[in-house]
Order: sequence, then structure tokens, then C-alpha cells
Amino acid sequence: MKERLVQLEVLRYNPDTDTEAHFQRYEVMCQEEWVVLDALNKVKESIDPTLNYRWSCHMAVCGSCGMMINGEPKLSCHAFLRSYEGVIRVEPLTHFPVERDLVTAPDDFMEKLKRVKPYVITKQKKPIEEGEYKQTPAQLMKFRQYSMCINCMLCYAACPEYGLTPHFVGPAALTLAHRYNLDSRDEGRKERMEVVATREGVWECTFVGACSEVCPAHVDPASALQQLKIVGSIDWIVEHLLPGGKSAGDTVSRKNAGDIP
Amino acid sequence: MSRNPLIREVPPTTWFFRHPRYVRYMAREVTSLFVGAYCVLLVVAMQRLSAGPAAWQGFLDALRGPAGIVFHLLAMAAAFYHAGTWFNATQKAMPLQIGEEFVNGSYISGAHYLVWAVLSVAVLFFTGVF
Ligand code: SF4
Ligand code: FES
Repeated sequence: MKERLVQLEVLRYNPDTDTEAHFQRYEVMCQEEWVVLDALNKVKESIDPTLNYRWSCHMAVCGSCGMMINGEPKLSCHAFLRSYEGVIRVEPLTHFPVERDLVTAPDDFMEKLKRVKPYVITKQKKPIEEGEYKQTPAQLMKFRQYSMCINCMLCYAACPEYGLTPHFVGPAALTLAHRYNLDSRDEGRKERMEVVATREGVWECTFVGACSEVCPAHVDPASALQQLKIVGSIDWIVEHLLPGGKSAGDTVSRKNAGDIP
Repeated sequence: MSRNPLIREVPPTTWFFRHPRYVRYMAREVTSLFVGAYCVLLVVAMQRLSAGPAAWQGFLDALRGPAGIVFHLLAMAAAFYHAGTWFNATQKAMPLQIGEEFVNGSYISGAHYLVWAVLSVAVLFFTGVF
């Protein structure tokens, strides 16, 4: 098997001693077909056991190994060494606080995910004896693509709006809101739109499109957000311009936006 | 273990130099200024028209000058680019599902380009260009 000497420049930050982050250079012998995560593992095993980073599945499904690789948000288990030349610069996901080295704090994303209520909401629970909630293949296809999100947060690292306005609910969470809104079993659209159709919801998005370019699961969050803008606008027209539409207070209230049952 | 996370600020005015895709985005946004400027020009045109034949003729002569022509070429290029980004976005914003399949996005954007071309030809026809 072909081997190759790989040079990595890794951002280091130790919360106990550092006030700033700095780059550290490592050189490791790697197999030609390895990914960046393999190279980091080799560094940790053979050179520097203090290096910190997250990973679990090594197969692009758990979403925990996101990092900036040469300035691009990537899953490090999906970033092949052969696609890079020269020194590979590895940094923690941008726009998130750095806990230690390549480990970032996902708390803000988690909180936003909860706010959009990413689960099926029904007004009345069906008794189990009545059987399952059925769905046709066409009904499934309506939202299937948006259910492929692995919560890797690469889209948040790519989104300049999120970087500049951290209160933006952001691509993945809004996309999941759309996914459940489109689900034929769901009745929670109105609750979700209280979070979605707001300034810090979908209207913060200016359609840079970076989220869709970096998404490793081909979710295309940008498309979900543009669709949500249309849905939100139609809701607004129905409420404000059509006779008999509900009062504005009904849907712009943010009172219970943070609740989860 | 206590937490002491490091916050890295985003440079508020130079952030779009961080990646070519951000520069592309800014280019798209900047082209809208030309579209806006052209709208202002149309308002000025109406004002000149209402001010009488001499004012209108003066306005037309000014447009035929080199500055007028350069502005029109720039505004047209910007408007084409800006409109293109919109039409390309339609397939994302308005997907069309028939049964289990989604209609190929290029048809949706293509239909918008087609309507655009037809309307443009119609406008040129009714204004007597041909
Ligand atoms: S939408 Fe894509 S990039 Fe964003 S968290 Fe989900 S899988 Fe990751
Ligand atoms: S380790 Fe699971 S996505 Fe990379």
C-alpha cells in the first residue's frame, strides 16, 4: 500500500492555560487512501496524546467529526487525504465557541433544534389499537430529503448570517422544521411557524446558499429555507389581507417559542 | 472541569473575503444596486416627460451620450446576472412533485427563462422595436 508523509497544521486551544489559540504542525506517515480523521488519530496515537477532537462512526453518519479543513467545513472522516496537497490546515468548526483544540460547543445549535419542535405533533393521540399512522410513498418523498440531516453543523459553520447574527435559528434547525411541517402525520405547523416565520427565523436568511454547498448529506437546507419564506409569506397574506384571516397576534406571538413538552 | 470556551469573532465588514462563495454572493447583491439605479432613472424619465417636450428631449440626448450608454450596458449586464440568480433559485423555492418523483429542477428554472424571453420579446414588439 502506498504511503505518504502528511503535514497537518492543527489549531490548538487549552481552556486551562490559553487565552488564544495557536497552530501546531505535525508530520505523520499515512496511507494514501486515508481520511483526515485517520491522520489525526495517527497523530494522537504516535505523537501527541493531548490532541482533542470528536468522532464516532468514521462513516459520515454520526455527524460528530465536523472541522474546518483548509477553510472549508468538512466531515473529517469524509475528507480524503488524496484530495489535498501540501500542508493541511485543520481548525474547529467556525462560528462555534471552541471548548478545546478541535472540539466546539454545540449548545446553541441544540437549543435552536429544540425550539423548532423537530418531532411529529398531533392534536389528539391515536389509541394504539387503531394501528399505525399510514403514509404513502409520495407523502414520504415530500420530506424525505430533509430528514437526512445528521446534525453535523457544517451548514452553521458555512453560513455567514449565522456568524454575523448568532440569534439566527439557522439552516439545519429551520430545515427540520420544514421537514415536520411537510409530514402528512403532523399537525404542529402553526407552533413551528411561530419560531420559523420571524426575523431571527427564516427572514434572517439572505440565500447565500453556502449551507447547501457544504452539506455532506445532500439535504439542501437552502431550498427548505426558501420554501419556508414562501409559506410564511402566504400565511401573512392570509392573516392580514384576506377578510376573516386570523389576527396577527395569533401567529407572531413568541411567548411559547422555547417550550418543548 | 470548568468551561472556558474561546469565542472567535467574525470580522463584521471583511467577512466575505473569507471564501470565494461569499464573494460570489456579494457580487449578486451588488448587482441589485444597478437594478435599483435603473428604477430611479425611470422615475427621473417620468419627471422629465411631465416637464415638457424640451426637457424630455434633453433627457433623451443625455442618455445617448457615452455615459448613458456605458451605464445602460453595465445595468443590463447586472440585471441579466441578477435575474439569472433568481431564476436559478426558483427550482429550489418551488419544487414540483408529481406522484413520487420531483420534476427535474432545470425544467422549473427553464420555464422561468422561457417566460422571461417571451415577455421581453412582447415588450420590444409593443414598443415598436420590430
Ligand atoms: S443540514 Fe446538512 S450540513 Fe446542516 S447539519 Fe444537517 S447534514 Fe449537516
Ligand atoms: S465520525 Fe461520524 S460523521 Fe465523521
